[in-house]
Amino acid sequence: MSEIKLMKGNEALAEAAIRAGLQGYFGYPITPQSEVVEYLAREEPKHNYVLLQAESELAAVNMMYGAGGAGARVMTTTSSPGFSLMQEGISYIACAQIPCLFANIVRGGPGLGTIQPSQSDYFQATKGGGHGDYHLIVLAPNSVQEMVDHVYLGFELADKYRSPAMLLSDGAIGQMMEKVQLPDPIEYKPDKPWATVGKKPGQERNYLTSLYIQSEEMEEKNIELQAKFKKIEENEVRFEEYKTNDAEIIIVSFGLSSRISKKSVDMAREAGLKVGLFRPITVWPFPANKIADIATRKQVKFFISVEMNAGQMVEDVKLAVNGKKPVYFYGRMGGIIPTPKEILTAVQERSRS
Amino acid sequence: MKEGYKLIYQKPKTLREKRMHYCPGCFHATTHKLMMEVVEELGIQEKTIGVCPVGCSVFAYDYMDVDMQEAAHGRAAAVATGIKRMHPNKIVFSYQGDGDLAAIGTAETIHACNRGENFTFIFINNGIYGMTGGQMAPTTLEGQKTTTSPYGRDPKKAGPPLKMCEIVSQFEAVAYVERVSCNTPANARKAKRAIKKAFEYQIQGLGTTFIEVASNCPSGWKCTPEESLEWLKEKAFPYFPLGVFKKPEEV
Repeated sequence: MSEIKLMKGNEALAEAAIRAGLQGYFGYPITPQSEVVEYLAREEPKHNYVLLQAESELAAVNMMYGAGGAGARVMTTTSSPGFSLMQEGISYIACAQIPCLFANIVRGGPGLGTIQPSQSDYFQATKGGGHGDYHLIVLAPNSVQEMVDHVYLGFELADKYRSPAMLLSDGAIGQMMEKVQLPDPIEYKPDKPWATVGKKPGQERNYLTSLYIQSEEMEEKNIELQAKFKKIEENEVRFEEYKTNDAEIIIVSFGLSSRISKKSVDMAREAGLKVGLFRPITVWPFPANKIADIATRKQVKFFISVEMNAGQMVEDVKLAVNGKKPVYFYGRMGGIIPTPKEILTAVQERSRS
Repeated sequence: MKEGYKLIYQKPKTLREKRMHYCPGCFHATTHKLMMEVVEELGIQEKTIGVCPVGCSVFAYDYMDVDMQEAAHGRAAAVATGIKRMHPNKIVFSYQGDGDLAAIGTAETIHACNRGENFTFIFINNGIYGMTGGQMAPTTLEGQKTTTSPYGRDPKKAGPPLKMCEIVSQFEAVAYVERVSCNTPANARKAKRAIKKAFEYQIQGLGTTFIEVASNCPSGWKCTPEESLEWLKEKAFPYFPLGVFKKPEEV
């Protein structure tokens, strides 16, 4: 039943996964996302899902490969160093086209870094992350509610495109509590004729592999994957606009920093600056066409990408704007969350220069 | 069938019609056949899901006519765990070489065994990295020459060869551990019996079953198939003795 609750982001994510028909969870504890596996462990007796604490993220991602390949709706969650460890497996999963859901509750890096929230895994999430040419479908929630909604959406898109999908969230959204509306549980009935569940009589066996040792076959597989990515780019771009219609300055921001930037937009408007917010919800596929379109508007003076990193999404914004307007960047690193005021100051400085 | 001829042997129907890429004399081909005979005899083709590794047997899914997943190097035990946990009533095996199971995948192997994951390991130990051209493996014997131990394996540098049956038989949740070989017809028959028992124990849900096949690699060892059989008897078996290391109590 749909119900309203006050929940922590990580726990809401876990509850949403259960309601979305989770069949297998494989993960390894890491701050700031351990509440997901803890919540699932507490709830396990009431449900039918398989929960396994793996010996490492490396094992967890390969359990996902096995269980997802055998047709189950599977999820794992981790935080930055753990997500790095999973990259090998994700590359195999992308090539073998196994639907599954990842969540990276990002913390500051590089290295062991900090347990404070960050957006410094944007490149890793949106450009592939592991070896080879591939993408994940990447959703960037900016509220506890979206942690829930994006779990449903992520599972759905993963199945629709036989592709790994992920939530690119962060330690703040994972840890904070908000009111959330939990959707009705769904009865998950997978239709996966390709899954390895045992050979059907009179039919060819199913096998899942990422090995195509002849170059011609490997290119063929890549062409197939690229065609799929193109289809996703055409159909699954999601974004949100806030006061962009008459805006002269466009803040582009995703996830947590987009939420802070929204406040900066209101403050700027009060100060007489026509600022708007463009927020990619899917950071891959990136809403490049929409940004390109906004860049052609006469009144738009410049874009400023606001991120909690050293400037990563700004590259995609620049590619989309393609020189039509200046594109600037403002960011904080290492787990520092910028205030609405400091974003406003950055915008004002650019607008004066 | 020609008149006057009697069919006394044919390959199992659970092996696909595909020419194998294995070198002449290699036990991979023999072991594939034994496993698929067992699958046929137990009537479990439609319930069996295999995991193949990175190494010479990376193409095992081309030969075995059961549903299969090809795993990343060393991760077959984790992949098999994922499959078996979702399908506890299916028969799941991982087929892995020594580099895969005992070097890069040691953590996955050890933890799957410690949890008593109810699938069957088929562990091909030929003491060398065949696919990549004959480098040192975790099970390369002391003094054995490979391309990365050209003066012979020095245990002071590389440690002694890992004895996996001896290690995994220590785990409480492991049900059955046996080291077999295919160097003679008699041993091949024993190997098949061991594989069959392992699958049967798995069907009974007794826990992890682990069959090590002390194998050869004529190409990597740079010898003839006949010489490889001699090497097994003279050098390998004294260090890797054949036999049962652990079996279910009631049996």
